[in-house]
Amino acid sequence: MSATAELAGAQPAATPVGRRPRLLVRSLRTPGGAVGAGLSLLLVAAGLLAPLLAPTDPFAVDGPPLTAPSGAYPFGTDALGRDLLSGVIYGARTSLIVAASVAAMVIVIGTTVGLWAGYFGGWVDDALMRITELFQVLPRFFMALVVIAFFGPGLDRLVLLLGVTSWPLLARVIRVEVLALRHREFVEAARVHGASRTRILLREILPNALPPGIALLGLVVAQVILIEASLGFLGLGDPNVTSWGTLASEAQRFLRVAWWLSLFPGLAILLAVLGLNLLGDAVTDALTGRR
Amino acid sequence: MTRYVLRRLLALVPTWLGISLAAFVLAGLAPGDPAQLILDRQFDEPPTEAQLQEFREANGLDDPKAVQYGRFVLGLFQGQLGTSFRSGEPVLNELVERVPTTLTIALPAFALALTIAVTIGVLSAVRRNSFMDHGSRLAALMSDSVPTFVLAYALIIVLAVQAGLLPVAGRGTWQHLVLPVLTLALGTTASLMRLTRSSMLEILGEDYVRTARAMGFPSWSVILRHALRNALLPVVTVAGIVLAGFVTGTVIVETIFALPGVGTFVVDAIFARDYPVIQGFVVFTGTVFLLVNLVVDLLQAALDPRIRLDAA
Repeated sequence: MSATAELAGAQPAATPVGRRPRLLVRSLRTPGGAVGAGLSLLLVAAGLLAPLLAPTDPFAVDGPPLTAPSGAYPFGTDALGRDLLSGVIYGARTSLIVAASVAAMVIVIGTTVGLWAGYFGGWVDDALMRITELFQVLPRFFMALVVIAFFGPGLDRLVLLLGVTSWPLLARVIRVEVLALRHREFVEAARVHGASRTRILLREILPNALPPGIALLGLVVAQVILIEASLGFLGLGDPNVTSWGTLASEAQRFLRVAWWLSLFPGLAILLAVLGLNLLGDAVTDALTGRR
Repeated sequence: MTRYVLRRLLALVPTWLGISLAAFVLAGLAPGDPAQLILDRQFDEPPTEAQLQEFREANGLDDPKAVQYGRFVLGLFQGQLGTSFRSGEPVLNELVERVPTTLTIALPAFALALTIAVTIGVLSAVRRNSFMDHGSRLAALMSDSVPTFVLAYALIIVLAVQAGLLPVAGRGTWQHLVLPVLTLALGTTASLMRLTRSSMLEILGEDYVRTARAMGFPSWSVILRHALRNALLPVVTVAGIVLAGFVTGTVIVETIFALPGVGTFVVDAIFARDYPVIQGFVVFTGTVFLLVNLVVDLLQAALDPRIRLDAA
């Protein structure tokens, strides 16, 4: 939601591809960018390496119930004696799976819509932008709630729903980039050389239009992680996987006796979402040269 | 203006039909035979095939889907949202009973969020790059990143448990409303605030603001009377998006603070697989969304003549 506001009047950030590496370095050099990159990296590492990093299986009964954090159980144990550190690490894996799958769908749909609308213009642009606006006001959490209400909890339907509804912001940014790029010299040059429309779109325009979209993806994915966690907190998470929201939901009953059960999953969500937001902001700032 | 209102109202019809169709199709796709689901709850033993068949005929469940949808929409026009599996009560009655509880936290929260957002947004824009500006930017980032339930717990622990200023849960007095309202408001302030700031910054750079300043109007008068009025237009636009945030917020806030509002009503229905209630909730909330967006559009048209003249 945060990005909607500022991007409404977004200026195209089109910078030739050659200067990208320095740009990335520049965005990571700001304190926000560095912290964001660190936290995001932590999320990805914990998610990818969960089986190696976690002391035990997150569902395994491993020790005495409701043990406070200690050397043996750094995050403590829950009411069934399951290791919370393992739960939080595997929770990162669930968040990462949801985030990455939704991101993939958002890139495909958002880029296609943005490229088409920007390049073809005219009625194609009008029609696609009307659809984009429609999707932009869809209440995603509400829709996720309804889908789960009718079809039961599960990551597959959640990913599908969020993927199909989360692309408008990306499409709009890509479109603005394409509008700025399509009459640039290098594109005209390719056209004069007889390059096909597909080639121009994919090889000349896309590589230059994509980076601002990718920067935005951090913000989109942060929202997605929040939605998944909120559903888990309501007890509507996928029962087959460990999720931060589900952990926080189970912790509610023990708020007064076992603070660690609420603290660590809550902190994990906060840090992951904060990291992605910071990273997204920093890269967007660097691209648009706002600082 | 009347023509504009009529056009906008007419434009709502297809969208509303789309929402009702979605509610109808989703309930039809949900696993389980409705006759079975309803009769299972009415009798102690599983219903016989004859009873199931009789029930289907009595309720027209064998009719073509299009006929059933037509009947569903006609029912909606008469205010029939179906009957709850669990209580046997009309869904609309139960929903309407829950609405005041939700509104008593949602409306004050919206007012609070708007007040905080506009005040801080304007101050940040006027004193750009000040300590206040950076501080509010950081606060907005946190507000965007913290899940509603974590915020709620943080507020409970600080204000209720540690400081003992407020009751943790329950209802009855205004003190009980403070924590839910605060949670809901703080969770939705960020986007409004950021928008007010960027919109204010843009307007403060406009020629007419500079002219007003040059003519010697006091700066507060320029900010409030000339700049803020125009800066609020985009803020009104996102009210619909903020409302979507409120749906998320109220469901979770009501769950945490055990408030019997619309949010907890639907969550209970989801766990009980009470499909008519969920279906009714979709139509009800969808209608509320449409109406709020309509009000937003009309408000914009009232504030900005260009919009209603363009559309006419």
